[in-house]
Amino acid sequence: MKVLVTVKRVIDYNVKVRVKSDNSGVDLSNVKMAMNPFCEIAVEEAIRLKEAGIATEVVVVSLGVKACQEQLRTALALGADRAIHVETDQELESLNVAKLLAKVIEEEQPGMVILGKQAIDTDNNQTGQMLAALTGMPQGTFASKIVVDGDKALVTREVDGGLQTVELNMPIIATTDLRLNEPRYASLPNIMKAKRKPLVVKTIEELGVSIKDHTKLLSVTPPPERQGGIKVADVAELVDKLKNEAKVI
Amino acid sequence: MSILVIAEHDNESLKSATLNTVTAALAIGGDVSVLVAGSQCQSVAEAAAKISGVSKVLVADNAVYERQLAENMLPLIVELAAGKTHLLAPATTSGKNIMPGVAALLDVAQISEIISVESADVFERPIYAGNAIAKVQSLDAVKVLTVRTTAFDEAELTGAASIEVVASVCDAGNSRFVGEEVAVSERPELTSAKVIISGGRGMGNGENFALLEAVADKLGAAVGASRAAVDAGFVSNDMQVGQTGKIVAPDLYIAVGISGAIQHLAGMKDSKVIVAINKDEEAPIFSIADYGLVADLFEAVPELEAKL
Ligand SMILES: Cc1cc2nc3c(=O)[nH]c(=O)nc-3n(C[C@H](O)[C@H](O)[C@H](O)COP(=O)(O)OP(=O)(O)OC[C@H]3O[C@@H](n4cnc5c(N)ncnc54)[C@H](O)[C@@H]3O)c2cc1C
Repeated sequence: MKVLVTVKRVIDYNVKVRVKSDNSGVDLSNVKMAMNPFCEIAVEEAIRLKEAGIATEVVVVSLGVKACQEQLRTALALGADRAIHVETDQELESLNVAKLLAKVIEEEQPGMVILGKQAIDTDNNQTGQMLAALTGMPQGTFASKIVVDGDKALVTREVDGGLQTVELNMPIIATTDLRLNEPRYASLPNIMKAKRKPLVVKTIEELGVSIKDHTKLLSVTPPPERQGGIKVADVAELVDKLKNEAKVI
Repeated sequence: MSILVIAEHDNESLKSATLNTVTAALAIGGDVSVLVAGSQCQSVAEAAAKISGVSKVLVADNAVYERQLAENMLPLIVELAAGKTHLLAPATTSGKNIMPGVAALLDVAQISEIISVESADVFERPIYAGNAIAKVQSLDAVKVLTVRTTAFDEAELTGAASIEVVASVCDAGNSRFVGEEVAVSERPELTSAKVIISGGRGMGNGENFALLEAVADKLGAAVGASRAAVDAGFVSNDMQVGQTGKIVAPDLYIAVGISGAIQHLAGMKDSKVIVAINKDEEAPIFSIADYGLVADLFEAVPELEAKL
């Protein structure tokens, strides 16, 4: 079985985000970029499926600017076999990403596609679900466990009430939650080896997918600042403040 | 404007997230209907008919909708979307699971987790774990939106909408519900609790959460956790508050042994009053806490319980 994994290049999760003074967006100049944490988990899951003898090939895909190839190389160093880069300088909305991925799926015919449940920049949580709808594949979103059993997969999902398990007919779309696995680090020899692994670059035109804007970003502003309060000396003062000042207990 | 709200429920009771979502729908303006898709969910439909401002409740009552699997819900909602201008669902794990697929099949965008309605086609939503607020305009004929429930009040229950049966049965046949592990608790639900006490890695282990539960019992509070506490196996995943867990905004949030990473703050910084108990006076949580107590939680929390 071939497993297709998607990775997104995003601002590193440790970086403090700053909104541009003209409110046109978030300042991404000279900030550290990295693989979206949920995509790291997706890559790790695919590699584990290969190590377990369930997957035979792991193909990693990224869409976006040229620099996305850094994240693709990271995925290759972690153990993916080959990479596809859909190169564009356009900001791609989730639906457009899903349409382009649907085309890649049509060409690659994977048995499973694993995506992160959300990207930590736009926090949209939608590409995997859109891809499932467009391809007609069933979806196991927010997965904390994926078990392949012949032509079925059992996916345990993190839902508001706890955990839910669904059985899906393969091929499936899975999106990762935080507790699916703990991603490994790439070793230096593997980073060197990854440089020679195949990476194909495609354009949107080559994929023959027509895309358009569905939304317009009007402004990006900082959230209302929360003022830090006071330190209380002890529990007695805390209880007094909550009762008599804040009046919340 | 004609708006359809997808109800959140468990076939027995209507979840309050639906009420917040209806308030968002009413802010858009126009005719608001609610879809209750489930199995033996008549009581839910009756509850939904009481939501003020709702004109019609559509009930799709069939075994195929019992678990609201996305594969079966998508064709149903797409069918009911005809003539609608807006489709809304709460940004719960169920709404997040279903709505993007609906948007894709309608060839429109989904605008996720809106926190304000500026006009019928302009909405605000948090991005970058709430460190920036984007104002987004939809260019689509149909707007598919998920709603951050903490940003909208609950609609009142003084209405009397008509109930209409939807006959369509959509069974994609490629997914089945197998089982669930649902945390049973006498306490209020995290996302609608007025008071929350959450524990982090500082709690040390799962047993120590009993200290928080004792306080929660006195305050009628829900108990939450940081990701570190969940990852360490102290408590179950449904208790995680944060960017990728639950978004909460209670009147009072008490963070115990939680450092205050931005991903945690993303889930609770809109709480009215924040209390932090942490032994490290440099912990970032203190920078947003209204009342900070620098103390060892193993002394402070039992004392707090005793004084309540
Ligand atoms: C993609 C991504 C998503 C994430 N999503 C979330 C999320 O949704 N929610 C979330 O919470 N985190 C999330 N995180 C993790 C987040 O970055 C932090 O790692 C996590 O919140 C830390 O949890 P903590 O504060 O409990 O632990 P720590 O940061 O280890 O803090 C423990 C605190 O306990 C205090 N302490 C220890 N012992 C005592 C004692 N005896 N008395 C008093 N205080 C004590 C310490 O001083 C310390 O401040 C996410 C991370 C990533 C990368």
